[in-house]
Amino acid sequence: MGRLFAVEIVYRGIFQKQLATKISRAIVLAAHEEGKPGISFGRYGDSPERNGIPAKNFAIVATDDLTLEEGMAKYEPKEVDISIVVDDTLFKGVESWAWYGLQPINRLTKPGGTLIVTSHHDAETLIPMAHRKETPYQLAIVKGKPSFSGLWVYKDDHTDVRILGTMAKVLPELFSLASVQQVIRTEWNDELKATSAKRAYERATSVTVQPTEGNPEKPFEFQMPKWTEMREGIAIPGIPRGHEMKDPTTGKTGGYQPERNPTFKKFTTRTMRPVVDFDTCIKCTLCWLHCPDSVFDVTPDGLYDANMEACCGCGVCEAVCPVAKCVTMVNETQFANNDSQWEAWRENKEGYKSWVKEKIADPPERSHGFRFRGQYQEEVPEMLKIAKEG
Amino acid sequence: MTEALAPPPQTQPAADKTSLITGSEAIAVACKLADVDVITAYPIRPYDTVMQYVAKLVANGELDCEYIVAESEHSQFEIVKHASAVGARVFCGSSGVGWMYAFEALTVTPALRIPMVAMVGNRALDDPGAFGVEHNDALAVRDLGWQLVWVDNAQEALDTALIAYRVAEDRRIFLPCAISCDGAFLTHSQALVKVPSQEKVKAFLPRYDRGDLLLHPDNPITVAPQANEDWLMEIRRQTAAAMERSSSVIREAYADFERIFGRSYGNPFFEEYQTDDADVVLVGMGTLSTPVKVAIRQMRQEGKKVGFVRVRWFRPFAAQELAATLGRFKAVGVIDRDFSLGAPYHSGVLATEVRAAMYPAASRPPILGFICGLGGREVTVPDVKKMTDSVYLAAEGKTQPGTKWIGLRE
Repeated sequence: MGRLFAVEIVYRGIFQKQLATKISRAIVLAAHEEGKPGISFGRYGDSPERNGIPAKNFAIVATDDLTLEEGMAKYEPKEVDISIVVDDTLFKGVESWAWYGLQPINRLTKPGGTLIVTSHHDAETLIPMAHRKETPYQLAIVKGKPSFSGLWVYKDDHTDVRILGTMAKVLPELFSLASVQQVIRTEWNDELKATSAKRAYERATSVTVQPTEGNPEKPFEFQMPKWTEMREGIAIPGIPRGHEMKDPTTGKTGGYQPERNPTFKKFTTRTMRPVVDFDTCIKCTLCWLHCPDSVFDVTPDGLYDANMEACCGCGVCEAVCPVAKCVTMVNETQFANNDSQWEAWRENKEGYKSWVKEKIADPPERSHGFRFRGQYQEEVPEMLKIAKEG
Repeated sequence: MTEALAPPPQTQPAADKTSLITGSEAIAVACKLADVDVITAYPIRPYDTVMQYVAKLVANGELDCEYIVAESEHSQFEIVKHASAVGARVFCGSSGVGWMYAFEALTVTPALRIPMVAMVGNRALDDPGAFGVEHNDALAVRDLGWQLVWVDNAQEALDTALIAYRVAEDRRIFLPCAISCDGAFLTHSQALVKVPSQEKVKAFLPRYDRGDLLLHPDNPITVAPQANEDWLMEIRRQTAAAMERSSSVIREAYADFERIFGRSYGNPFFEEYQTDDADVVLVGMGTLSTPVKVAIRQMRQEGKKVGFVRVRWFRPFAAQELAATLGRFKAVGVIDRDFSLGAPYHSGVLATEVRAAMYPAASRPPILGFICGLGGREVTVPDVKKMTDSVYLAAEGKTQPGTKWIGLRE
């Protein structure tokens, strides 16, 4: 038996689908430069065409054909040498489309393997977002935003080659910098990209994440029923009628909280979440009306509390809200939990006011979508500058 | 003036009425007796005769149902699928390429556990646009969870339609059932049929109760959500389990049918004709039974001990029972009114299934396949004798089991 290498690329549909494909293709081609066979594929059960849905690509490489076949006998690898994450909000975990439960972002990363992420944040911010792992692993940060550059309508920001260059540093047995540069020249015919890969290679560093670090929560999971336990006729129970809410301070009940799908949560489908300023809310109902996912719980005092079990972060509520800065979409990396904002406001209005102020202080980061037309074009030079200067 | 007294309550169920009706009309009468709620129609010969008879029953006020003429067979089958999901007893049907045009709807019906009863007026698939019988249309759904039954006369068509509702709507089953009626020979020939009383049918056929699968505001469920590989095998296994239960439910239904209607079909799954002392047998489905039986009677006068096994239920397939029966003979000839091009030994569908059923049997006589009577061509008495001669040769080890086309100009 030779050596088997597995790499996963975790991304968000649809904007990063081509980016992930380019990376996993280049991994196989670079390894092939050194005579290693390999296979690149996207996880078929994913729905990478859907905006924001977490999805995965895999590159499987081996030192010989038989070892590759051994690796491919299990279609989706059970562990990987490198996990690549091209959107740092995915650090909270992965819930694929029609793939139930919350999978920690480092779930497949081998003991001692490396998690490479593109992010503007530092390790101190990112590590607590990921679930704890029993064994230590390495974290390498490629500085940058969630890239959309794989999408053909947008200009290249070199994210793909910067990740490839980083890989050559952290796992030189898979492929060398020279091999990946050769592939870049053949595939993209772009010397500048080859240079970006080299710069990333030179700069790449990693930190060790210990088992004591990270989010200690047990990720959401549920037991799949046996065939004899499932209702027949491909019929599933409807979502029952909702119920009143209870004010945590007065005990007063009222309003309406819908029941929600008990097994399909949306903790990680969003890259942003609405922050609601209850002090300025005029109770116009527009967020509640327009939300496509029935996210807003109606509180006993007639306010609208965005429930984070159901929100996929589309931003419609912010768009329809007639009050300035009453609903503001904020990048998901800014939040450590999914707790009710309304309850926090009820319990401590002054504290909540300053929390809102802090959360919405900086213009929110780009996410799986743009906040204004042309935003991406404005950001490409910035990304290229990072690629050049670090 | 005194008011007329109400007639005393009837204690005896009304006697069967004898009617001269076609096989299609017999199916329509069964729909009336079963008090079907929703019927959809789209014309194609020979199935269209059923929709005409049903339309007549509705127009005459004899049948109270929603009668919907769809814009295609696909919609025709989709409409009844949905009607059945909300608790309606439904009937539908088609023929040949019409049935094929509905194929997507046909594939989803078993998995959704819809107890649809359909009539397939068996017709050759286009091209060429022949009207006559071939069994390939109905057989196309044989892998999908449809219960498939072939009948050979109008009486059996009527009776089997009632049995089909009873079996399909049994909570243990909830699978669709298609009744195959040979185009022309059965669908367009009038025969004397005993039409049972409504009381008897009521005693035989309980109300359709969809239970926890009823799509209704009081029972909020979502039907047919998207599901991937982490759910699909469990769903298929459930459908398979229902099909596995089907045989015993069919047996129960025939036993009750005999008790209530006083008419027996013997073994529900296949009919045996003069097999007790037979050396060799022919096997077939549908109306070719008539020339086969006549030929057997003639051949027996010549001293040839020939029998016939007419397969009724093709799905579920009574493999063990059929294998035990066929194992008694020296050779078996299977007549297929269908084709399965490129199949093992170039046989038709029935011969291939019979061979598969026989493989684990203790006694495995040689099996010959015959392709005969395609596109509505008659299966003649001389054809049957010719096939029997081949079967005898196989019994004597003088010919290799294979497939022969019979009644072909050559």
